[in-house]
Amino acid sequence: MKRTGAQILWEALIREGVSTVFGYPGGAILPAYDAMLEFPIQHVLVRHEQGATHMADGYARAGGGVGVAVATSGPGATNMVTGIATAMLDSSPMVCITGQVGGKLIGSDAFQETDITGVTLPITKHNYLVSRPQDVARTVKEAFYVAKSGRPGPVLLDITKDAQQSSCEVEWDDSEVTLPGYRPDLRATQEVYQRAIDMINEAKRPIIFAGHGIMLSGAMDVVRAIAERANIPVAMTLLGIGGFPARHPLNLGMMGMHGEAWVNSAIQEADLLLAFGMRFDDRVTGNLATYAQNAKKIHIDIDPAEFNKNVKVDVPLTGDLRTVLEEILPHVAEGDRSSWRAAIEEMKGDCAVRDIQNLPDSGHLYAAHVINDLWRVTDGDAIVVTDVGQHQMWEAQYYHHDHPRSLITSGGLGTMGFALPAAIGAKFACPDKEVWAVVGDGGFQMTQAELATIAQEQIKVNVAIINNGYLGMVRQWQEFFYDRRYAATPLLNPDFVKLAEAYGLSGMAVTKRAGVVPGVEAAREHAGAVILEFKVEQEDSVFPMVPAGAALDKMIRRPNPIVETAAD
Amino acid sequence: MRHTFAVHVEDTPGVLNRVASLFRRRAFNIESLTVGHTETAGVSRMTIVADTDDHGALRLEANLYKLVNVLRVDDITVRPSVQRDLAMIKVAATPETRTHVMQLVDVFRARVIDVAPDSVIIEATGPEDKIDGLVEVLRQYGVIEMVRTGCVAMARGPKIGGLGDGVERGTQVADDAPADDSNVSYSV
Repeated sequence: MKRTGAQILWEALIREGVSTVFGYPGGAILPAYDAMLEFPIQHVLVRHEQGATHMADGYARAGGGVGVAVATSGPGATNMVTGIATAMLDSSPMVCITGQVGGKLIGSDAFQETDITGVTLPITKHNYLVSRPQDVARTVKEAFYVAKSGRPGPVLLDITKDAQQSSCEVEWDDSEVTLPGYRPDLRATQEVYQRAIDMINEAKRPIIFAGHGIMLSGAMDVVRAIAERANIPVAMTLLGIGGFPARHPLNLGMMGMHGEAWVNSAIQEADLLLAFGMRFDDRVTGNLATYAQNAKKIHIDIDPAEFNKNVKVDVPLTGDLRTVLEEILPHVAEGDRSSWRAAIEEMKGDCAVRDIQNLPDSGHLYAAHVINDLWRVTDGDAIVVTDVGQHQMWEAQYYHHDHPRSLITSGGLGTMGFALPAAIGAKFACPDKEVWAVVGDGGFQMTQAELATIAQEQIKVNVAIINNGYLGMVRQWQEFFYDRRYAATPLLNPDFVKLAEAYGLSGMAVTKRAGVVPGVEAAREHAGAVILEFKVEQEDSVFPMVPAGAALDKMIRRPNPIVETAAD
Repeated sequence: MRHTFAVHVEDTPGVLNRVASLFRRRAFNIESLTVGHTETAGVSRMTIVADTDDHGALRLEANLYKLVNVLRVDDITVRPSVQRDLAMIKVAATPETRTHVMQLVDVFRARVIDVAPDSVIIEATGPEDKIDGLVEVLRQYGVIEMVRTGCVAMARGPKIGGLGDGVERGTQVADDAPADDSNVSYSV
């Protein structure tokens, strides 16, 4: 039977297991939208195509599948660029489908024509221009395969309008995808494994680095087994949070620019770093010339291009993290390492005190309190989706994630405006989970139009706006490094409570510390989405902090114990 | 130092763009790039010369492999290889100077492929420094126009080389000799 390219598209998507897509219609994608009505697809209408990509990204990160975003040609496609780049830098599996002007019009500067495969070439894992209906099925299959295999990433499919409209016979092919130049299943030789195992067993002061790869390969239990057997402490990257239980005694906390001081000091003292699915980003290493000079490095990653990119490693192990670790685990010797752990405890000293909950109420509302109370009230069980900036770092420090895929955040690209749409996507992937978007007043306004999507889809996503009236992290840098010259960082904000009400949602403002817990509880009990605005201390800063380019253990510590009993 | 890569790619639309874009995105300069068909239908071969250190060359190789359409990457810099550049040089040549030009052409084992009253076109093939040398000596007569293909390169076979005229002696090398001593393998 003959089918149109548009029909083939939806059938192919369903064959890939797609049930939900996030999109926005337009001229060049109209045939696909028309055909969509014949298929069991839940379409979430966004308010801006950037929102569609972040939703697809959040959907993928929360649920572990592939997120799908749909847009039209030209501006629809270019609006996706930020979301695609976000997914690329955080290795999130996503398929973006864009309409393209008819094949005969390509290159003629037709209405809403943009060379989106050219535009997205450096920010996609791969992309395709599809101009014939007979190529649709195969291309969709390849796109999903490429997006989710190996190191995941975004794939864009640009389908011309005539390829959607015209018909062809279709035969469904269940064979494996063959891409001769694509090798997602690399593995290291046995000799390399042995060197890694010897190094682990000989190490006196090892640290495991838990990266995003733990989530992507589902390696939580193997990482835990290795850490426990050999008594190796575990430090987290931002995207690795949740890959190892926060409340586990071996969990050190987050490393890097706003990581815990004792974690960074321990890294500088360590004799072996076990990098599990992380990529030594500059936010993690600080100054490379002084980074972990005493440590040998074992780097396990599915993408060999990451080896020796920033940090010279002694043993690179290519492969899927879970597979590699399962092979290593039986050979890891039981270890005590109590003196190393005691040394780290000593570095912690009293700065590890995080019992900020019992501090006397100074009359000020600090973001750290808000996040910490949110953690306690939700019992650490919510999926928290953050934006980028100070609140993101406070979330990483004060919300203790015990479960994988429970913190969703834009790490690599640092995309403001990510939280609200990504939280919507996470809710669609995990409808039974409690989902919170934690977002600054700046980032929230970049994609706040998606409140309408929440209202239209009637989903329960709670939003905590950490409102300090500034672009807080930029203000912090201006305070520290630019002599407090606050260029373009103070914000005049709308009334967020009224804004929520304008969208038919509930809004609440909290200005006192005593109001935080009741506010969070009320939001959880309310049937619909609630926007909770926390009016927090305006010029608070995130501590500790490694200034850009400084050595990892040369941190700016908290000058006054504002929210903690100990100098941090 | 200069690194020469032989890159086998699928012959699909946009593949040149993907490869070139990778060099630009990762901040490497391409000194020359040539592309053409290979012995296998559907497979094109690029010879890419880039100025980078060994670390950069490894990163380039690893990142080239990440492109879905790239089949195989060989950094043939460290291997015995033959490298050739083809040039067409239009040189001013009056009846008085033409004989001198022709003699130089002979010395460089180049050929004259077009003669006009006031100029000749010379075709020369060889390693880049040989072409550079020819251009240098022709400059005094007036180089009107020049086009060069850029370097094309091929690793030598496992046997003794030496196919006669102008070919350097090769040494015997194992197939797929490792390009460096690092443990990183990007291809397996």
